[in-house]
Amino acid sequence: MPRVSMTVNGRAVTGDVEGRTLLVQFLRENLHLTGTHVGCDTSQCGACVVHVNGESVKSCTMLALQADGTEVATIEGLAQNGSLHPVQEAFREHHGLQCGFCTPGMVMSAVDLLKKNPNPDEGEIREWLEGNICRCTGYHNIVKAIQSAAANMKG
Amino acid sequence: MPDTGIGASVKRKEDFRFLTGQGRYTDDIDRPGQLFAYFVRSPHAYAKIKKVDTAEAAKAPGVRAVFTGADMAADSVGSLPCGWVVTDRHGEAHKAPPHFPLARDKVRYVGDHVAVVIAETYAQAKEAGERVEVDYEELQAIANPVKALDKGAPQVHDEAPGNLCYDWVLGDEAEVNAAFAKAAHVTKVDLVNNRLIPNAMEPRAAIGEYDGGTDSYTLYSTSQNPHLLKLILCAFVLGISENKLRVIAPDVGGGFGSKIFCYAEETVCTWAAKKVRAPVKWTAERSESFSSDAHGRDHVTHAELAMDENGKFLGMKVETIANLGAYLSSFATSVPTYLYATLLAGQYTTPVIFANVKSVFTNTAPVDAYRGAGRPEATYVVERLVEVAAREMKLDPAEIRRRNFIQPDQFPYQTPVALQYDIGNYGASMDKALEMIDYAGFPARKKASEAKGKLRGIGFSAYIEACGIAPSAVVGSLGAGVGLWESAQVRFNATGTVSIFTGSHSHGQGHETTFSQLVAETLGIPIENVEIVHGDTGSIPMGMGTYGSRSLAVGGSAIAKACDKIIEKSKKIAAHLMEASVEDVEFEGGKFRVAGTDKEKSIAEIAFTAYVPHNYPPDLEPGLDETAFYDPLNFTYPAGVHIAEVEIDPSTGVTEIVDWVAVDDFGKVINPMVVEGQVHGGIAQGVGQALLENAVYDMDSGQLLTGSYMDYCMPRADDLPSFRVGMTQTACTHNPLGVKGCGEAGAIAAPAATINAITDALGILSMDMPATAEKVWRLANQHAQAAE
Repeated sequence: MPRVSMTVNGRAVTGDVEGRTLLVQFLRENLHLTGTHVGCDTSQCGACVVHVNGESVKSCTMLALQADGTEVATIEGLAQNGSLHPVQEAFREHHGLQCGFCTPGMVMSAVDLLKKNPNPDEGEIREWLEGNICRCTGYHNIVKAIQSAAANMKG
Repeated sequence: MPDTGIGASVKRKEDFRFLTGQGRYTDDIDRPGQLFAYFVRSPHAYAKIKKVDTAEAAKAPGVRAVFTGADMAADSVGSLPCGWVVTDRHGEAHKAPPHFPLARDKVRYVGDHVAVVIAETYAQAKEAGERVEVDYEELQAIANPVKALDKGAPQVHDEAPGNLCYDWVLGDEAEVNAAFAKAAHVTKVDLVNNRLIPNAMEPRAAIGEYDGGTDSYTLYSTSQNPHLLKLILCAFVLGISENKLRVIAPDVGGGFGSKIFCYAEETVCTWAAKKVRAPVKWTAERSESFSSDAHGRDHVTHAELAMDENGKFLGMKVETIANLGAYLSSFATSVPTYLYATLLAGQYTTPVIFANVKSVFTNTAPVDAYRGAGRPEATYVVERLVEVAAREMKLDPAEIRRRNFIQPDQFPYQTPVALQYDIGNYGASMDKALEMIDYAGFPARKKASEAKGKLRGIGFSAYIEACGIAPSAVVGSLGAGVGLWESAQVRFNATGTVSIFTGSHSHGQGHETTFSQLVAETLGIPIENVEIVHGDTGSIPMGMGTYGSRSLAVGGSAIAKACDKIIEKSKKIAAHLMEASVEDVEFEGGKFRVAGTDKEKSIAEIAFTAYVPHNYPPDLEPGLDETAFYDPLNFTYPAGVHIAEVEIDPSTGVTEIVDWVAVDDFGKVINPMVVEGQVHGGIAQGVGQALLENAVYDMDSGQLLTGSYMDYCMPRADDLPSFRVGMTQTACTHNPLGVKGCGEAGAIAAPAATINAITDALGILSMDMPATAEKVWRLANQHAQAAE
């Protein structure tokens, strides 16, 4: 089996994978980082969004081998020294999650949005989230949370 | 307002783990030595199984076992039961054909389970699954529920002639006919309530495990009701002694009804764990969720409303054909009957109602409860009828509703369809909703839209639902096979913290927070000192789980009752410690005081004394740990008015929801933030049904055409607006908390409001859901097309 090496949440990791192993499988099954979820089999739902070299990526659309040598960030690495990232904090503050299953992907996606566009309006947020499906919240409070996080990150 | 008590929008205790990737869902759990299951499923909607050859699959790399229906039959594994017996109009029980976890003679829908391959990795199991050779003799399928009743239609089950599960009636047909004979006007509608696929974001999953040393099983499962699942598996399907199966439903990623039921996959994983002497894990791929989770809705209805010349309702007739799919799911029979026709009075004084429901088998996935379960279908019938009636009678849609509302002084109100509403104030919700939407300003807004070339419409939905299910004796008399009470155990620890064990199950509802608020306020302790434990039959008392918006009304009431027992016992201990009589001890804010003195003891001190009873009442048991069971006295009846305002671009057919006002009466509210979140999510699912979602089967082949997120249109963030939520309040009269239930209201209210708004914008009476851009474009342009 081929060997893959990458940095995940700042830690160098390496593992033997099959050619067909997806990045999300490597994260969940090899590294036991189960915060990244699998919600579909067509790369539609976005529950598996992580950052690869700083860009949000659906980790079910990428082979583990394609991520060789990259820097990967998952939901487990977002809070620093026990304090939540402002986006995580805003999701908590504004009830942007219910069952929590889509949440890691939503949060990772939102972090990337605010990096690219620190002042998104409601329409821009809704458009950005097109690739992340939530069945619980109706998106209302997710949008509010991201708006609030944007304001807090500027402050 | 208190910071953490009842009525405060306390931030959720469960969020930290979900936000940091530390939630623990079933698929996140790995058991030592576990194997993986892959289900070989039928590619045909209807076929005889002539032969299943597993020899090649069994030899494939990593494969430990391959089982078929014959193996389960040899072990006397039973049929997956339907737990609600509906009695038809002739007094006979519904037809209950067997539903084996792995098919034995025929497959009856695409996705039906034929064999299971168990291997060391999932990839190995799946690859070996391709090598299971099934010799099918294809049969003509029937997917259309109306045609299923035709003479000569393919027969799904020998046990159900004519594909009829039951022909059921509610109400007095003769009285209704008499009312129609006197009517000044009769409004008639034909409605399709489109089939939906629930799509909780976490796919179903199960890990079955067997311990040979104790001959006992553990099942990890994505269940909304682990005790109920255990009961069904033990008593009806696997024949395991009930004290030898533990079911754990850890964090569950949404349910919406679809995770109530006992499914083939968890049954097979549990059974197979003993056969292979290793844990057996299965996680659904999303395509499996589409094909084999229980679907929702799927009604075809003709309804009529008789009115006098003033638009006062005189009577209603409803005929519905309900599609139950290929087999009866766990509670399928109750959804289009007792959860549907009993709600046809809506918020109105319609004096007589007659409903006839024919439920049919087809070669499609089983259909069962999905968020709202019968009540969205009922609300859709009532609120579409009322809206069309208003247009035909040239009455304002708010006015026709007002003329027929049950008035506040009429409660308790006995409807003609079995239910007795305890309390409500429907006019108050209507007033507030009209004010919030600025109803008076609508004509000006419509004009402004016209100026932009857009069509604007407004739509009402004055819904009611019966939830907080349910009084056990009542549902028992209607055919339910279970009681619908709930349990709670309140355990003080010696150091003053409290563990609450609840039979309710949270899969997004926020029980860890809401229940903690309730306990913190009732017992006067810090919310941080309360821990909510749920989802493990090994630690919680027998409980019935979460569905039908019952967790707070029934489960919360059980917690309140257990807290009362704690306080009652604590008073005896406090009286002893303070050398007073029990009657003189008062409890408030976590302190026991002797009336008229400055003596006091905190509840934490009492708890310590109960576990270290050195100075203790001689006739009292040590410990502070009380269990209560609460059986509700009635359903609760949340009701409200939702108003949707839409703008349609006639050149594209795209409908934009430009405003949405929801005014709901949920009785007393523990955590407004959580309640509003439930309303938002419910509306999103209802709007999804109205605009986007539709489970489509090819009517000839029975193939599911909408089997992935590429084909089944889920509501995305950019399909929805922000919602404006208001509340009115009449406290439920019959539970100790005065609460009703908020989980399903949005999904119940929203479809009718959306379609009423779109048809208003288009100037037509009716259209079927989902109102896709194509459909709306055709309707918006039909006059132009006709002119060409």
